[in-house]
Amino acid sequence: MDLIVLRDVSFRYDGTPALVDIDLTIREGDFLAIIGPNGSGKTTLVKVALGLLEPSAGSVEVFGKPLGEFSDWRKIGYVPQKATHIDPFFPASVEEVVGMALMSNRKPRARSGREGRGEILRALDEVGMADYGKWAIGRLSGGQQQRVFIARALVTSPRILFLDEPTTGVDAETQGSFYDMLDRLNSREGLTIVLVTHDIGIVNKHVTSVACLNQRLVYHGSHEDFCRSAVFRDMVSRGDHLIAHEH
Amino acid sequence: MPAFLTYGFIQRAFLAGVFIAVACAVLGLFLILRKDAMIGHGLAHIAFAGVALGLFLNVLPLAAALVVAVAAAVAIIKLKDRAGLYGDTAIGIFSSLGLAVGILLASMARGFNVELMSYLFGDILAIEPLEVGLAVALAAAVLLTVRMNYAKLLYMTFDRESARAAGVKVGRLDVLLMVLTAVTIVLGMKVVGILLVAALIVIPAAAGLQVAASFRMAVRTSITVAVVSVGAGLGLSLALNIPASAAIVIFCFLAFGIFSLLKKGRGSADRRK
Repeated sequence: MDLIVLRDVSFRYDGTPALVDIDLTIREGDFLAIIGPNGSGKTTLVKVALGLLEPSAGSVEVFGKPLGEFSDWRKIGYVPQKATHIDPFFPASVEEVVGMALMSNRKPRARSGREGRGEILRALDEVGMADYGKWAIGRLSGGQQQRVFIARALVTSPRILFLDEPTTGVDAETQGSFYDMLDRLNSREGLTIVLVTHDIGIVNKHVTSVACLNQRLVYHGSHEDFCRSAVFRDMVSRGDHLIAHEH
Repeated sequence: MPAFLTYGFIQRAFLAGVFIAVACAVLGLFLILRKDAMIGHGLAHIAFAGVALGLFLNVLPLAAALVVAVAAAVAIIKLKDRAGLYGDTAIGIFSSLGLAVGILLASMARGFNVELMSYLFGDILAIEPLEVGLAVALAAAVLLTVRMNYAKLLYMTFDRESARAAGVKVGRLDVLLMVLTAVTIVLGMKVVGILLVAALIVIPAAAGLQVAASFRMAVRTSITVAVVSVGAGLGLSLALNIPASAAIVIFCFLAFGIFSLLKKGRGSADRRK
């Protein structure tokens, strides 16, 4: 099933093109990496797909509906690029942070404290943070916060998860277990994952398909074909701010 | 029950004061965390124009202030969005305009009369039964609206972009929060006056934020500080025959000081561990 379809999408920031004529389909079960040099439009593409930015041209379809008519946002999880750049003094416990997404998508009468808490704890358990529910979010490390934000994105049981450079500033060991967790969610739970990254090591080890952007979509296909493609060789030879970690 | 608590005017003052204090404390938390704490000052100045308009037109000043403050709250949001102004700039423009219009109207209505002074400095002990009913009903409506939108308001305050991506209509909630604040500010005028009402929004919430490890705890602490300050301020005002508004705000500040010291003490203890 096609979960997200972008047709001839263009986007301009104050007249400067950020995306040009993008045609991209994200299918159920994909583990898609969106890669490209700095300023290539990766984050913009994700924001357009989520309806956070309105395209200057073209159309976006989400779960078979035009974006403007789509309302079941529980099906989509999102962890933004600067998720961990939070106010460290914000008075929110880990359970409250995860609960925000769950309760925001429910009618007040449908809230059942016990049921809601159960879902929150399950989501925290999924990311290995079940023991930190009462902690203030500001007391956690960057890696732990990132896991909490993944739990927040997972708590509504989404069918697709967008992650925008989720491990920036996170140590290598934590990154390894983080991507193993994404692998498990994708392969065992069938969660579709869209990952914006600079890290070619992650692309090589974890994803199943690649979309390479440079304002235009210069490649979209399987990871294996991408590694053999001229696009990949060009990117590596230009040193397009790609990094390579072993995870 | 102490004899003085049997007086109707004291019961009315306490009832209205508690409801309004709770609404102020809850809204104050969202406003401070959104870095919109100064909206209280701005809307209070604008409400002054509404009170003056009410007195000038000989209609209920509280009702006139309500209309003017709500309209200005919406205008501030629109000006901020459309003119690309920073929050404080739009507040500065409208609060100055409100004060100027208020002074002009007061002057046209032959100066500052006793009633206008009661709104400037607050006179909770003189609150009328009609005003109590209005205050309790509106404060209850404010709290119910916050309760119904609690998770969305919290999500938007904590992480606006993720909230939008989760389908939260942040633009509508911005307007809702400003309208609720305008209503609460107008209600608070009678308790502590136009000049001090922002304190009721900011100080209990700031006190709650000193010690809270969760938002729920911050809400509970802020409400406790606000209600205790209103009660203690009223009591001190009756005992010493001093203005209730000033006494309430001073109690709020004392609570803030105590919680700040507690936070500092806890920080030192944590560092020693």
